[in-house]
Amino acid sequence: MLVSGIKSRPVYTGLILDPHAEHHLIAVEGEGALAVLDMLSPAPRDAAEKATILYTKAGSAPVDHEGALAKLHPYRLQPLPTIQTLLIRLQGFLTTAKMGTRLYIAGTEGFIGQAMQVALNNAIDFHSVRTEHRGSLARRIQCVHCKGFTENVTMSHVPCAHCGLNLLVRDHYSRRLGAFQGVCIDAEVPGELPPAEEIFP
Amino acid sequence: MSMNLMSGSTEIPVRVADIVQVSERVKRFRFEPVAGGSMPVFSAGAHVVVSMNIGSRRARNPYSLMGSVTDLSAYEISVLKTVDSRGGSVFLHDSVKIGDQLTVSTPVNLFPVEQRGRKFILIAGGIGITPMIAMAEQLTAQKLPFELHYAYRNDQAGAYADTLKARYGHLVHLYIDSRDERIPLDALLKNQPLGTHLYVCGPGGMINWVLESGRKAGWPEENLHSERFLAPPSGKPFSVVLERSKKTVTVGEHESILEAIEASGVEPPYLCRGGACGQCLTGVVSCDGTLEHNDHYLAPEERDSNQKIMICVSRIKGSNLVLDL
Repeated sequence: MLVSGIKSRPVYTGLILDPHAEHHLIAVEGEGALAVLDMLSPAPRDAAEKATILYTKAGSAPVDHEGALAKLHPYRLQPLPTIQTLLIRLQGFLTTAKMGTRLYIAGTEGFIGQAMQVALNNAIDFHSVRTEHRGSLARRIQCVHCKGFTENVTMSHVPCAHCGLNLLVRDHYSRRLGAFQGVCIDAEVPGELPPAEEIFP
Repeated sequence: MSMNLMSGSTEIPVRVADIVQVSERVKRFRFEPVAGGSMPVFSAGAHVVVSMNIGSRRARNPYSLMGSVTDLSAYEISVLKTVDSRGGSVFLHDSVKIGDQLTVSTPVNLFPVEQRGRKFILIAGGIGITPMIAMAEQLTAQKLPFELHYAYRNDQAGAYADTLKARYGHLVHLYIDSRDERIPLDALLKNQPLGTHLYVCGPGGMINWVLESGRKAGWPEENLHSERFLAPPSGKPFSVVLERSKKTVTVGEHESILEAIEASGVEPPYLCRGGACGQCLTGVVSCDGTLEHNDHYLAPEERDSNQKIMICVSRIKGSNLVLDL
């Protein structure tokens, strides 16, 4: 049911260290921590010394990567209880950040999308943010009908958490909203649905 | 792509309404539409290609628009007279008079102001000041913060320095080479808020210095912007075969491949004619010598592939080039 080749579908090219950055600001959720370890472990010592890591275990709970991240001896490691608190913290850092700060985001797509929204709202160019998708393929979707968001969608279609319409999950992505689009799948004959498949485990 | 880009080679007849000697080697020209009405809308950073008939030759040179984007009654450009050039700037300086007719292309912007930026650092060297004048005007109208850093050779060379200083005051910083004044680039790059964009226009060496310093200060590539138009370098004549058009043309010593092809009646697409935009990218079928890439558009691997050439500024060292045209 997914239409392939939709250009708005984001591509995450992986965390690559910018050796010239004065400061590495790293927003990381769940298994995204593994991407941070992969980037910083082999890097020269001063990379971690210039790194601020904002970490929430969210999707990877009960596994906690905080200990492993601490062993990198970053300049600053801030564990945060939820994605929402992490995003508020990120906004706080970006408010006073200077050019020369490089932003990295790693974790599930829903997290990357929301952290990217914060970045865009702070006038960071989309292409300058280094991103890596780790963990579940679950999607954050927006119902195009009632505009409500439904988080952690793993199935090919899902009832909207707000208005209850059955939504087909598309590849069509909104960078501004940080979400995929969900479109009513049974408009002609309500209730007539193909079986839902788990395609974003 | 915008309409302007699509119709980049559309030419508008204009009348020279005013010519002002701005500094020792710089003149400003004001072009009004012959047909009356107004010129097409443009944004700061845009340029036009001015066409001139010099003897039997048709020269086309790109120049940045420097007037206000809200004044469409005419376009204004400033031209530096370069004596070793192929004649365009000398022709404009010495032969063009008020009342003369020329043609200009519709404007094309390869150097636009990033509308999502928070702050703007404009750095100009010499005649590279022209796009910055339009940018400063536009940013002021948009109430966006900027600072202008303008370096020039000596007191006689600083075109518009006094006007800019008078208009924008402390936002304008002037640096005069002959007094050993230098742009404090490293300090400048270190203390900018997130979302700052840097624009540089000037001599090649200066552009490279600014961009390289920006990268080393950890600025993302996306926040560093530059523009430089190259004049096509001269070289030994050679022949070009247009495989699809079944024509053979000779490229003269002071002529570009594009100009030679145009003189034969074939009109390849172009926009900037200065090696910057990529529009005149042409496939190479064969070449009996080596390609001399003079553009700053092709990536190193594309240059090395010997399969593509920017015909506005590049040449060959050899006698025969076959193009997919």
